[in-house]
Amino acid sequence: MTEREKIFGRIREALTVQAPLPGHHGGGHHAPLTGNPAAHAREWLPPVGDSFEDQLARFRANAAELKATFYLANNREELAKLLLELRDVEGWKKVASHGGELTDAACKTLALPVCRTDQPFNASELEACDAGITECDALIAQTGSVLVTNRSAGGRALSVLPPHHVVIARREQLLRDLPAAFELVKKKYAANYPSMISFITGPSRTGDIERILVLGAHGPKKLTIFCV
Amino acid sequence: MSSPSQQFTEQAELLTHDLRHRDIVQTALRKYEVVRDKSRGAFQDYQAARQAAAETKWEALNHLDKYLAEFADKLAARGTKVHWATTGEQARDIILGIIREKKARSIIKSKAMTSEEIHLNHALEHEGFEVVESDLGEFIVQLRKEAPYHIVFPAMHLTRGDIQELFNRELKVHSSDSPEELTMVARRVLRQKYIHADIGFTGANFAIAETGMISITENEGNARLTAALPKTMVTLLGIEKILPRLEDLALFLPLLATSGTGQALTCYNTLYGGPRQPGEFDGPEEYHVVLLDNRRTELLADPEQRDALHCIRCGACLNVCPIFRNVGGHTYGTTYSGPIGSVITPHLRGLQDWKHLSFSSSLCGACSETCPVKIDLAHHLLQNRRNASAEKPSFVWRTGFRIFSFIFNRPGLYKLIGPLGRIGQKLHPLVKGTRLDPAYSWTKTREAPKIAPQTFKEYWRKRN
Repeated sequence: MTEREKIFGRIREALTVQAPLPGHHGGGHHAPLTGNPAAHAREWLPPVGDSFEDQLARFRANAAELKATFYLANNREELAKLLLELRDVEGWKKVASHGGELTDAACKTLALPVCRTDQPFNASELEACDAGITECDALIAQTGSVLVTNRSAGGRALSVLPPHHVVIARREQLLRDLPAAFELVKKKYAANYPSMISFITGPSRTGDIERILVLGAHGPKKLTIFCV
Repeated sequence: MSSPSQQFTEQAELLTHDLRHRDIVQTALRKYEVVRDKSRGAFQDYQAARQAAAETKWEALNHLDKYLAEFADKLAARGTKVHWATTGEQARDIILGIIREKKARSIIKSKAMTSEEIHLNHALEHEGFEVVESDLGEFIVQLRKEAPYHIVFPAMHLTRGDIQELFNRELKVHSSDSPEELTMVARRVLRQKYIHADIGFTGANFAIAETGMISITENEGNARLTAALPKTMVTLLGIEKILPRLEDLALFLPLLATSGTGQALTCYNTLYGGPRQPGEFDGPEEYHVVLLDNRRTELLADPEQRDALHCIRCGACLNVCPIFRNVGGHTYGTTYSGPIGSVITPHLRGLQDWKHLSFSSSLCGACSETCPVKIDLAHHLLQNRRNASAEKPSFVWRTGFRIFSFIFNRPGLYKLIGPLGRIGQKLHPLVKGTRLDPAYSWTKTREAPKIAPQTFKEYWRKRN
């Protein structure tokens, strides 16, 4: 008998006795199990408005609280201007990126040497880049998160190894909440999921020393999100 | 060597008198409480979310055979090697086997309580491998050669001065005591480790049956790097981490963040479903997932306490527990401390050796009230007490209660208690506070209540 079979044997034997339903100690009745309790998550999670403006305002406020920087560009020209400003203020010498309609345009605008992560690359070279520029799958208003996968955002390391992560998103990528984000992941990828799916909520941080917030613990110290 | 119970009592005695320690821990927890309450308050209906989370975990655990098989099969279908371990020793051997096969020398780890449970670092170091913890708090306690103080905040018991002194000594740097500068020291040291490590090792917060993925919640990005750079990735997780559906995370990720650190959502919540796939340019070439039982199936077999397996290891019950807050995390001498540790350790490591943890509780119920998946921890502590006494009745208690019922069944004897007690209390100051005092263990830290000058019966008789 394999170890797997032994473990399953013990599990099946354990489950021959029914456990009481959750909440049985609290007294009173609880709603019967619906088969998919989390399906109603939207009714319980923090509220988000219906309109694009509401959701945008919510995303902006969350990003500010998370110490991420958020810019809404009205058109591609404005985006290019904002990118050049950022390049000069931060003094970027070399950036890293991946192929994509928005990222290709950004790299062209920046006119800097680029380390591409959608072809074989060296981790030390990527680490030495000033910024990692990626696209994403969605922005989530409810939490201020950026949803990336290794397919949409140039692999696993690009969005976390360079000291500054720059995300370029389209405004139609702004989603209401977490349930909507999982719905999108399923719709977009169910036939063949990427091997990494990540919700990035603000720049890397730690509170491990006296619960004092420090940004850039291991991942990026800065997160800049452009929406166009 | 002293028993776990004696060790607990001695350590607790020391730490409850250590005001500096208490101050550090209470300050950290007050900061946590403020943000936790804010995040909870942002929910439209936090209590309904908790109930749904409890029901989802109930569904997962009570059909564990089905969901665990689905998880393992879907993971394997996309090129992950899935391993099964009944004991900690088996899990260690599997992991050592992978390391040897890859001819690896160095291992970078992101935080995994399961690896603490099976004492993995010790085993790997014993075999001569370099193991580096990458979570800042874990890195700090590893340098101190200590176990994590708390399952979410491993270095909560240290001040910036302690950490400055540690880093300057162990890492040969000259850092100030600013948390920012200290964090950057660790960042510099660990960055090189990620790039050069042969194996990336992680734990997991959830295992999604529907899609065959593990989910890791973290703030620092250390798990992201651990899963991105080394050529081989290994994840160790308990079989109870299962969630049925991908969208369950829409509920569990905010609940874990709110209860764990007080954030609305933790910085990185990442799903991994396999090694590098065709057309991907980074990530590990090989991915191994080790599923650990380590007596979880025994807890599963106890329907009364099965829901202790619902635990998502957020640490919320530790943070609100008056015992934890006074005796500290190391005093428990267990991998999992606080109320959840007191509940499950007797199942994982033996009831008689660890029952003292269930007795070291005020039964205030703060743990049950705060648990995001509604595990009724306070009741489970009572059940452990009951089970421990039923299995091995205590001579002192049994004799005590026999004497009690003997006296209370005899009105003549009962009548003597008042007058005798009053005489006893008059004589008490002669021995009070000394070892001759029969009530020493009570009176060394407390005053005994004064016995009334007359009993109710005496009072009633005089009144008429």
